[in-house]
Amino acid sequence: MSIAVIRTEPMPSEAERWTLPHARSLAAVNQLVAAPLYERGLWSWKTWWLAAAASGALTVGFLVAVYVVLTRGVGVWGVNTSSVWGFAIADYVWWIGIGNAGTLISSMLLLMRQKWRASTNRFAEAMTLFAATIAGIFPIIHLGRPMYFYWLTPYPNTMTIWPQWRSALIWDFWAILSYILFSIIFWYVGLIPDLATMRDRARSKFAATAYGALALGWRGSARHWQAYETLHLALACLGVPLVVSLHSVVGMDFAASLMPGWQETIFPPYFVVGAMYSGFAMVVCLAALVRWGFRQEGLITVAHFDVMAKIMLMASIVMGLSYATEWFNAWYGGDRADRSLLIFEFTGGYAPMYWALLFCNVLAPQAFWLRAVRRSVVGVFVIAVAINIGMWLERILIVWNTLSHDYMPSMWRLFLPTVWDWLTTIGSLGLFVLMFLVFVRLVPAISMHEVRKLVDEEASS
Amino acid sequence: MTALLLAQFTESARFVEAARRAKRADYRLVDAFTPFPVEAVDELLERRRSRIRIAMFVGGIVMAALAYGIEYYSAVINYPYNSGGRPLDAWPAFMLVPFATGILAAAIAGFTTFLIECGLPRLHHALFAVEGFERASQDQFILALERPAQDEELQQALDFFRNAGAVALREVET
Repeated sequence: MSIAVIRTEPMPSEAERWTLPHARSLAAVNQLVAAPLYERGLWSWKTWWLAAAASGALTVGFLVAVYVVLTRGVGVWGVNTSSVWGFAIADYVWWIGIGNAGTLISSMLLLMRQKWRASTNRFAEAMTLFAATIAGIFPIIHLGRPMYFYWLTPYPNTMTIWPQWRSALIWDFWAILSYILFSIIFWYVGLIPDLATMRDRARSKFAATAYGALALGWRGSARHWQAYETLHLALACLGVPLVVSLHSVVGMDFAASLMPGWQETIFPPYFVVGAMYSGFAMVVCLAALVRWGFRQEGLITVAHFDVMAKIMLMASIVMGLSYATEWFNAWYGGDRADRSLLIFEFTGGYAPMYWALLFCNVLAPQAFWLRAVRRSVVGVFVIAVAINIGMWLERILIVWNTLSHDYMPSMWRLFLPTVWDWLTTIGSLGLFVLMFLVFVRLVPAISMHEVRKLVDEEASS
Repeated sequence: MTALLLAQFTESARFVEAARRAKRADYRLVDAFTPFPVEAVDELLERRRSRIRIAMFVGGIVMAALAYGIEYYSAVINYPYNSGGRPLDAWPAFMLVPFATGILAAAIAGFTTFLIECGLPRLHHALFAVEGFERASQDQFILALERPAQDEELQQALDFFRNAGAVALREVET
């Protein structure tokens, strides 16, 4: 009989896991985060300029595409009499999904007391702002008469008409508008103490003045912090229901119709989970880039990727279950149009994309069951990119499948994207990257005061 | 003008301990300046509760009521039309706009109250001129107390905080 020797290692405290030893002091945290802004000589910035040039060119392409759409009309896109919605709505849903995730992640993790959020929430919230702003462009340019988009607001007008409050498109307008403004407030409030740090570390009068003005004179007094914590927590509590309602409304844009494949009660929650899923995937990509670009290995650790991979794994299972529920209901409901649409999804003109979607969203993330994959930054990054592509495919197929395979077989028509479709889509990605590049150059990309608190708790435990 | 004594610490543990002992020794603690919220010291300072949440609640409710009011006025009073016998006041469909705009208004009300309670924006403050104060937003902790009036008491206070681990002690007028 042999006696098994059980080796016990002391569990690291929670805080220890989220930073590396060289980043574990208040001064080190400030130094690491502020260096990209104040010690630019430490980096060559060559990659930054290359990325800025490429994304700048795509942004110009985006502006050209928007100009062409606005001047020549939506006919330049591949939309036709059946597929009246195309890339614009899919892009909108994709971007707003990513745009939801920053606030959702940040406020939900705050309410759940997940301390590791400290080093990811700042750029997750920035991502939200940029993505939601881009998302807001698409519904406007997809209108046949975009110059009248302000008719969505209730204002005294000579036509003496009012918006149709029962319409999901009106809900969309108010939800997005409220959400973007709310996100700006949430992000800025969290930024104020860090702007004060930047002000106090400034090496030039210009930086001191600029950051000082934006910091509003923050002194870090006990009174300030008390008010800050009260406000930040209250905003987080409001942020979660706002985000859930916003993406539910996006789901209802489809579900409130009478079309096969859209008229499903599962849509609102399914869209919310999808938003969180694609948003987490985008946060992982940005985290990997910030970590690599600014050598932030001390603050964004492998443990962060591990835990985010677990959340994506969970979300992928929920997504898989949602797809299966759609298939089951189409079969079990017995409706001819629903069943026909289901067969079309797997075998029709868009079938390869549907299979790719299932691979990217459901199958590929199963690799996260393996600890080695979760703890490999490259592995997590590659799968996160796949998820982003998969989620985009999902959005475009929600639009395409139903519209191309409606009740009337005589109306069945595929959507063939044109160069303007591709340019608005890829161009918007360029605009997003450009905004993010400017952000990391001007604003501390990691929340210093929250990491300082984390580091201090670890030191005193 | 208040005369303050600022005691600066490099470690949060020492800072908290010094604040506790100072409170017991009946020093009048006025404020604390820290690079992150320190709840233990917060509790030692007497202050009234923040009204931020009340303002947010009121702001949110008022905006939601206003939004619903506009919907009701436009759909029931000003421009009613009968579409298939559906109710004019379709409250389930009318809920989203008050909800979303109410949350936005709550956030704006909260942010405004936050600025008022903090006395911000205030870009110039006497404390910014104090040497070493810039560390309070980075990596050091400053305890502010009322400067004792008598020289003898002041000397005692200086000794007290030096023993408690303060790295710098300054008298300032704000």
